[in-house]
Amino acid sequence: MGTRKVDLRIGSGDVTKDVSVTIDEASATPWGSDAKLAVVGTEVTRVDGAAKASGAAKYTYDVSRPGLAYAKAARSPYAHARVKSIGLDAVKGMPGVLAAISLDRKVVTFAGAPVAAICAETESQLDDALAALKVEYEPLPHVVDATEAQAEGAPRVNEGKPNAGEPGRGRGGPAGDPDAALAAAEAKVSAEYRTSIQTHSCLETHGSLAEFDAAGDLTIWASTQGTMSVRNDAAQVGNLPVSKVRVITEFMGGGFGSKFGLDVCDRIAIQMAKSTGRPVRYMNDRREEHLTGGNRPDSVQKLTLGGKRDGTLTVLTGTCYGTSGNGQGGADAANAGLYDIPNRKIEQFGVSTHTAIGKAFRAPGHPQGVFALESVVDEFATAIGMDPLDVRRLNDKHPVRRLEWPIGAKRIGWVENRRKVPGSDKGPVKRGLGCAGGTWGNFGGGNWRIDVTVGRDGSVVVTSGVQDLGTGTKTVLAAIVAEELGIGIGDVTVRIGDTRYPDGPGSGGSVTVTSIAPAAREAGMHAREGVAAVVAKEWNVDPKDVAFANGRLTAKGVDASTTFAKACSALGQEGLAVSGTRPKDFGEMFAGSNGGCQFADVTVDVETGVVRVNKVVAVHDAGRIVAPLLARSQVNGGVIQGVSFALFEERRLDKAQGDMVNPTLDTYRICGMADCPEIDVVLMPGSNGKNNAGTMGLGEPATVPTAAAVANAVFNAIGVRMRELPITPARVLAALAAAKGGAK
Amino acid sequence: MSRADDRREGSATGGLSRRELFKSAGAAAAAGAVLGAASTAFAEPEAKADLRVQGPGAVPITLKVNGVERKITVEPRETLLDTLRLPLDLTGAKRVCDRGTCGACTIHLDGKPVNACLVLAVDAEGHDVRTIEGVVSKEGKALLDAFVHEDAMQCGFCTPGMFMSCAAAVAEKGASLTEADARAACAGNLCRCGTYPHVLKAAVAAAKAK
Repeated sequence: MGTRKVDLRIGSGDVTKDVSVTIDEASATPWGSDAKLAVVGTEVTRVDGAAKASGAAKYTYDVSRPGLAYAKAARSPYAHARVKSIGLDAVKGMPGVLAAISLDRKVVTFAGAPVAAICAETESQLDDALAALKVEYEPLPHVVDATEAQAEGAPRVNEGKPNAGEPGRGRGGPAGDPDAALAAAEAKVSAEYRTSIQTHSCLETHGSLAEFDAAGDLTIWASTQGTMSVRNDAAQVGNLPVSKVRVITEFMGGGFGSKFGLDVCDRIAIQMAKSTGRPVRYMNDRREEHLTGGNRPDSVQKLTLGGKRDGTLTVLTGTCYGTSGNGQGGADAANAGLYDIPNRKIEQFGVSTHTAIGKAFRAPGHPQGVFALESVVDEFATAIGMDPLDVRRLNDKHPVRRLEWPIGAKRIGWVENRRKVPGSDKGPVKRGLGCAGGTWGNFGGGNWRIDVTVGRDGSVVVTSGVQDLGTGTKTVLAAIVAEELGIGIGDVTVRIGDTRYPDGPGSGGSVTVTSIAPAAREAGMHAREGVAAVVAKEWNVDPKDVAFANGRLTAKGVDASTTFAKACSALGQEGLAVSGTRPKDFGEMFAGSNGGCQFADVTVDVETGVVRVNKVVAVHDAGRIVAPLLARSQVNGGVIQGVSFALFEERRLDKAQGDMVNPTLDTYRICGMADCPEIDVVLMPGSNGKNNAGTMGLGEPATVPTAAAVANAVFNAIGVRMRELPITPARVLAALAAAKGGAK
Repeated sequence: MSRADDRREGSATGGLSRRELFKSAGAAAAAGAVLGAASTAFAEPEAKADLRVQGPGAVPITLKVNGVERKITVEPRETLLDTLRLPLDLTGAKRVCDRGTCGACTIHLDGKPVNACLVLAVDAEGHDVRTIEGVVSKEGKALLDAFVHEDAMQCGFCTPGMFMSCAAAVAEKGASLTEADARAACAGNLCRCGTYPHVLKAAVAAAKAK
């Protein structure tokens, strides 16, 4: 296939550049930042909004099947124990019990580890059987704290291996000559920052409903971020070809990185469905979800930042660790990625503990890493007597974030409202401003295929196996195909979340839009070509001259016009069925990564220690924004989860037993309506190039800077640095008391 | 006063407020003892006057749901939420926390928003139960349009609960509903995706549209 060169304008905000890109001859012409689009980028509403808001949408948790049975695991209350015996026989005869099995775990290494499973006719009968099941454990020594796990003589989590993993390079890798740069630094600050373990707390818990049909084919209704990952795992577990496994996820209630592949609950549902011949549902309860549904590792980050008195940052060094549970490694903090610091050396290591394994959580490593980095940058600015925003702007080389800092500063009123002397407000209620930057990689790719069918009545159906986490995947697909066909978004039906459709990407790393939008453009284009061909024949024109806009088709030089639906009636009785495959990316792009920055306005009551976030200005970029209304929702969500991480969320373990003491939504606090700040979202206009839609991801970057911005604002309000998250009232009061004591 | 009213008293949070929980359990009830507090709160003296023993087996009851009498059999320990979701297949109300914290199961009982996970199905007999399925098809139309227009949802799992809290507030306050009213009405509704600002806009827009 031949190639062609296309001139393309890319950019962000007012800054653009013109590039020439080479694409396959037959591929869709990339949209530049100056593309005039009728649907994409307009204020379209969510195509499945009414289904969700009316309660009509059926989530995995809502699916019922004739003869449905229920399964659940018995879980260890001990962090480390030998399983001595499981009294299965006593429960097997209980009312409604269909099966009771041992999971053959001889030793468990976290509280919440499953040891047995029961399947019963009703949930009540299942609860009764679980309550009656006697499991005898021999408790073994355990350690659940990442610092204590490194002590000599601490109980080993993985036999033959030290709890502290081999130190690895921090993100960004080593650079320059850190020792010499530290010696030469005109000013430097060192501090230790800590963040707590955050559980994903998806409102729809992990789980699935599994059912085998008479032919032995397995259908799984799964709450997942990756339909394919569940299908492939299930095929392996069930020793089935993937062709005999179907996964359906029409709606799903939150994932945030925690829902890929099969979890224990899903495996048990499949196993029980197989052994009982019944459809079996296993959705985690809230306690199971907190214990095993996933968590963001904690972090202890000791950082030293040095530079010149003019604000130039020259060196960053540090040591960081955290626990990702009973596995090895997985804990890291992205604390070196924002600024152009020439000399760097950061060592990171994971620490094994007798706790549930961590999982990817919205921008893994970033909120905690950026909290430490942006705190130490603030401390450096304070040390040299500079405005912390000026230090950031001086050292920031990111092509988009450089544009974003002044926009956010203006909207929060940085110059007028920041306290020149931190903590200088009179009285006990003090206000302050803080800011922080963020980044995220421009991931997304693959050769994904999207199918489009067009009926003779003009019906347009788009299909893909991809799932929608709530980010608006359906709306994005509908908007892009509508754009290509010159019709309204409401004229397009999107069917996704089913592995019977073409394979779609898992939604992790903020890749979904960038992975599927280019394929949707190709599919839409092919559909347009198909319709254009039949109309061109009737009008006796070149198909290339048929224009699609506002639901109508016109052609240059012909006095003819028809509606899209009428045009389709000329299709053969089979209609039109086309596919689009994602073309490979071309090299040229405006930014290699997302920028993004946020500004927080907080009030701190120094008598109670309560921090309230009044307002957050969030300035973000993601190349072309396909559906701005939904994108603003997503940024709001990133900010709110960030506020929650900054102020509230902390998995607390009882060190004596190693169990979680706050596995409920009232004791594990997440940000509620009353805690939610005013949020001012600014989305940078433009198009990033790289793919034919010019898109980037947005879900993860939106939550990266928030906690750091809030912590810096708290410093500006009270004049005392909070170096541990969450910033609870107790920690604020303790820090204030310590500062007072130190001043004596 | 009905049980439903009892639970709403002094609460703008769509169910038994935590303040009431603590109040009834005494000052010694720490956060870790919430379960004990809840059971204390449900021991209602007036109920003892005409004590009716039900269960432990399933009992037949008649529930008036969305204006229709539904004859079903439930175990006395079953919550109204599970009864609505399972035998009646009204799955708009979601089970998320199952302990009155998150509001995802908010329904209207005698016109007041309550957490269906805190009501036993047998106790709902004789009361007017309305779920989102019933509200949306009638007076909830403007609110539904506003939720879509303002994108007051992301994953959507908390959304029916948010919707029912907003619907009750809009019904109560009408066009005078302020953002602060909506915020108070939804104070007992948790959202993990972070959709609160758009929910507030939707509630206020719907109130104005009425």
